Parts: sequence; structure tokens; C-alpha cells
Amino acid sequence: MYLDYVIRRFSITLLVFVLAVSINFALPRLTPGDPVEQQLNQLISTSSGSIGDVKAIVESYRARFGLDQPVWRQYLDYWGMVLRLDLGFSLANYPERVGESIAAAMPWTLGLLGMATLLSFAVGTLMGGMLAWPRAPRWIGWFAAPFLVLSAIPYFLIGVVLLFVGAIVYRIFPAGGGFPFDMTPGFDGATILGIAWHATLPALSIILAQIGAWAIGMRGMIVSVLGEDYIMLAEAKGLSQRRIFLWYAVRNALLPQLTKLALTLGHLVSGAILVEVIFSYPGMGYRLYQAIQSKDFFVIQGIVLILSMSIALTMFILDLLYPLIDPRITNKRS
Amino acid sequence: MSAPVLEIADLSVRYRTPKGPAFAVDSIGFNLMPRERLGLVGESGSGKSTTVLALMRMIRPPGEISARHMRLEGRDVLALSTEELRRTRFARMSLVPQGAMSSLNPVLTIGAQFADLFAAHGQKSDTARIAKLLARVGLPAHVSSRFPHELSGGMKQRVCIALAIALTPAVILADEPTSALDVVVQKQVLATLGRVQQEIGAAIILIGHDMALMAHFVDRIGVMYAGRLVETGPVKSVFAAPKHPYTKMLIGALPSLTEKRAFQGIPGVPPSLTDRPPGCPFQTRCPAADARCRAEAPALRQVGAAHDAACHFAEAA
Ligand SMILES: Nc1ncnc2c1ncn2[C@@H]1O[C@H](COP(=O)(O)OP(=O)(O)OP(=O)(O)O)[C@@H](O)[C@H]1O
Ligand SMILES: [Mg+2]
Repeated sequence: MYLDYVIRRFSITLLVFVLAVSINFALPRLTPGDPVEQQLNQLISTSSGSIGDVKAIVESYRARFGLDQPVWRQYLDYWGMVLRLDLGFSLANYPERVGESIAAAMPWTLGLLGMATLLSFAVGTLMGGMLAWPRAPRWIGWFAAPFLVLSAIPYFLIGVVLLFVGAIVYRIFPAGGGFPFDMTPGFDGATILGIAWHATLPALSIILAQIGAWAIGMRGMIVSVLGEDYIMLAEAKGLSQRRIFLWYAVRNALLPQLTKLALTLGHLVSGAILVEVIFSYPGMGYRLYQAIQSKDFFVIQGIVLILSMSIALTMFILDLLYPLIDPRITNKRS
Repeated sequence: MSAPVLEIADLSVRYRTPKGPAFAVDSIGFNLMPRERLGLVGESGSGKSTTVLALMRMIRPPGEISARHMRLEGRDVLALSTEELRRTRFARMSLVPQGAMSSLNPVLTIGAQFADLFAAHGQKSDTARIAKLLARVGLPAHVSSRFPHELSGGMKQRVCIALAIALTPAVILADEPTSALDVVVQKQVLATLGRVQQEIGAAIILIGHDMALMAHFVDRIGVMYAGRLVETGPVKSVFAAPKHPYTKMLIGALPSLTEKRAFQGIPGVPPSLTDRPPGCPFQTRCPAADARCRAEAPALRQVGAAHDAACHFAEAA
């Protein structure tokens, strides 16, 4: 039965993948204007002197990128490239390959944003749950108002404030970058410390920006779970408060939170572009921002593709985890 | 004669509401003897579940419990510390909840829900012990590895009964344990409850709406109205000679096979629990109410052998 479920979920993931690749192929071709021509025109208008026969250059570019082929041919070629994980060249930083560019940015994003998101999820969910728990320690209550305020402040605002206070007024933390630029990254204590040092402010702004929402969401879930008959029976059975809280209340309230977590993780990059931009953090968000600014077509396309795939993949992984958290899931067809 | 397992005097439960305190349970008192079966009946909202929750000390704010005394096997339940109370629950007094359908944790197997009961009371749990308990309520051992959603309503109800007898308590509180089941299953489950109750030698308080079903099961019956106990007595004597007009109406409302007549309800609605007029709470619906009933609330007093009623006209009936 679980296998059935896995196969069903996997085929959906596969379908999402095919759609993502196809849309990613189609979108730029549907937008008016020719990226190559635009790129060149911009080059011409900004540089003094003539570049030569624009038409000829455009043609040679089109041939190089396969844009002179019929559409179905391009589509098949595109699939070939995607399957070989070859996402083409960066237009702005030719001959850098898009794949390399993404591969260089990915670990930063996963490390910083992933860790920060998971951390704020774990702490926020647990504290939000305790906020709703009648027998929780009193000090938990002090967090209610701050969480509410934090949940209403957008990422970038917290980022800007932290940057201003932590790096400009007090100069405790660096104002940007992923590691000290006078350092050659290696796998040693100094490197790790340097990286952590640079990650503190951006991580803090993500944690602060998210923790309120996690806590408020979980508080609401626990409040509704508290009225459930199984909580009442658990109390009547004489179970300890800790056991009831973790295994009866939190376990049952967790499911919607996990769905939100999967979506957040999937949207990691798009959601945190601003944080990476504010702190010039060398992750995917910052790379995407640069690519958009320089109209670096293939890089944008590549990052968007990776994004949609990562969303599909996290949803798939979560789908595999759901039945372990809520045994009722495999039975329901959704 | 042995001592009662449960002695309750002047038990009240007040809910603080914006309109003033609501007396969900109003100075009720009774004793429960070992192995005795007491039935509590009364219409919806009369305070039956609240009474049971108060006995378990599970009233949540804004509710407040008060009692002259509330002794379980001689120990005052209201004086127990939180930890003592936790250890007493289910070990000495257990509960078969009103919503058995939804009273099992959906994410834990049945076995795990037995195991955490044993663990909470410092006892070892093993599959054999759980299987034995399940067998006692007529369930196969493999139910232990099932999740609640994989069981039928009747099976869940039986699981709840098995949980309630697991630690051989002295008192079982069963709050409408069969109300969500069809008639056939209802009878079976009730029979099971009665059998295991006798096997472990516990006393039981059974709550229900169904006077007929109740009459077959209990030794003694208590009738509640607007938070008060208005009549209590041996089931035979209450059915043969009900003293309180409300009890008469409840019995009169029972459908009869021999005589076909229009279905008879009880006209009127119970009084508000917050804004309580002086006098008898039943005065607004009572055909016999007079000036005295509007001025003075009747106390529960003896009207027959072990038979009490709270009505000024009890002797006349
Ligand atoms: N939190 C609360 N605040 C105010 N009043 C409450 C609260 N909880 C319960 N009550 C009141 O207590 C009264 C008794 O409720 P209870 O659940 O004990 O009735 P019951 O006899 O078990 O009814 P049923 O047969 O429908 O189960 C009801 O009138 C209800 O409105
Ligand atoms: Mg009830």
C-alpha cells in the first residue's frame, strides 16, 4: 500500500518536472523580442564606436545557441541539455557555464537559508505550541507579543535594520559577503569561523522574519487541538504533561506546519533573494538578482528551473514523510 | 456493610461567564458503594458530563469546582496534589469518554496508547498484557497494531473500555459510552462494559439519555435537571413510583408498544443556568407548580426506601 502511494506521488513529481522544463523552455520564446538582439543592442548603445555588422553577429549567436533550428528541434535539444545537466553558457560572464555558476551559489543558499529556516521552524513551532499550552512555564508568555510583531515585519526590513545596527553603527559583524575576502577558503577552523561570522546577520534576519509566523501558526493549531477529545482522555489517563504536549498535541498539530515548511524550503531562494542582496551573500538569490540585472538569460532560466525542481523534490520528500507522521494519509486519495 | 468508594457532598461546578456564574452542577451529593451501578439521566445540558469531569477534577477554566467533600476510597480528591491526582486517574477512577470515536490519538497505534497508560503509572507493558485486555472486551490481539482510523466505532468504544479497566480502578465513569452506536452494537458494548466491570469488581457511574437501556443496566438511578440531582433511588422503585414530576415525564416519554399514541415530549425549556429565579428550577415546566414552588426551592429528601426526591409534592405523588 505504501508502495502504491510512493509510485502515485512519484509520477506526480515527474509530471511537475516535465511541465517545469517545458514551461521553462517556452516562456522566453513566447516573450516578445529576441534576447540576443536585445543584448547586442544594449551593448552597442552603451559602448562608443561601432561593433560591426549587427545582423551578422546576431546570426552567428543564434547559430551558436541553436536558435536557428525549428522549435521542436530546439525543444528536444533543450531536454537533452537538461538531462545532461548542461544548462548552457552565461551570457554576461561568457564562457562561464550556467551549471557551474549555480553549483557555486547553491551551497551558500542551502547552508545559510536552509539552516536558518529549519532552525526558526523548530524553535518557532515548539515555542508557538507552548504559547497555547495552559501548563507551560510562565516566561513563555513574554514571547507572545514579540512573535506577533515579528510575524508582521518583512524579511528585508529586518535585514536592513540588522545590517545598520550590527555592521554599520556597531561594526561587530561584516556588512556583506560570504567569507572574508582576504582568505582562501579551506576546510579549517578559521574558514568555518569566518563563514559563520558572515552568516550571522543574514541568518538572524531570516530567523527573526520567520519565527513569528511559525509560532503564531502553531499556537493556533494547538489551540484547536486542545479541544480534541483525545487530549481530554490523555489527561484523564494520567499521562504526564510533557507526554501529552509532545505526543498528543504537537504530533497532531504538526502536519499543516510541515506543509508550510516544505513550501518555504521550496521557495527558499525566491523568498530570500532580498536578504542575500542586502548582505551581498554569494548564494542563488544574489546570483539570480545579478542575472536579472544583466539580462543574463540562460542563468535566469537555469536558476528558475532548479527552483521549480527543488520545490517538486521537497514536496515529494515530504509526501514520503507524511504517512510516517500521520498514519491516516496513505488511505486518503488526494 | 462496607464503606462507599465514592462520597460526594455539595459538589458544584460554576462557569464564570460574562452574564455571571453559570451553575452547570449545583450542590449535588450521593454515595457510591463498591460494585454498585449508578445511572445518571437527564436531558442535554443538565450537567451529567460536567459532574463526571468534576469527579476526575478535569474542569478547565473558566470552570471552578467546589464541594463539601469529594472522597474516593476515603481520600479527598480535591485535596490531592497535581502529582497524586495524576497517579489516581485511571488507577483508582477511570473514564470511558462521551466521544469515544474521537478520544483515541489518531497518530498512535492502539498498542502505544495502552503502553503510555502503563508507563504513566510506572507499570511494565507487554504485548501479552495488552492482548489479554483486548480479549476481555472481545477484540482480537492484532487490534493492538492498528491505528484508530482503521477501527469501527464499536471497536473504538471497546478499546476505550479496555483502557478504562486496564489498571483495575475502583470506579469507572462511563459517559454515554454507546450513544454514537447503532442499537445492536449499543447493547453488545453495554453488555461488555457490565461484564468487565463485574470481573474487576469496580463500581460504575453510567450516563445516558436512554431510560429504557439504563433501566436494564443499573441498580440505582439519579435524575438530573438544570445541574441538580432531583431524584435518586433504586431503579425498580423509581420506575414503579417516580416521585418528581420531571422523572414522571421522562418515564412517560418512553415509547410504548402496547399503546399507540402521539410521541410525547416534555414541553418547555430548562431554566437559564446564570439567571436563576428563586424557587424550584422545574417550576416553569411543572404542571403542579404553585406559589410555594415559586418561592422556595425543595431540598432532596427521603421519600421511600433509599429513594430521595426534591419536590414539595413528593409525598403526595
Ligand atoms: N465553558 C463553559 N462555559 C459556560 N458554560 C458551560 C461551559 N461548559 C459547559 N457549560 C454548561 O454546562 C452545562 C452542562 O453541560 P454538560 O456537558 O455537563 O451537559 P450534559 O448533561 O452532559 O449534556 P449532554 O447530554 O448533551 O452530554 C451546559 O448547560 C453547558 O452550557
Ligand atoms: Mg454529556
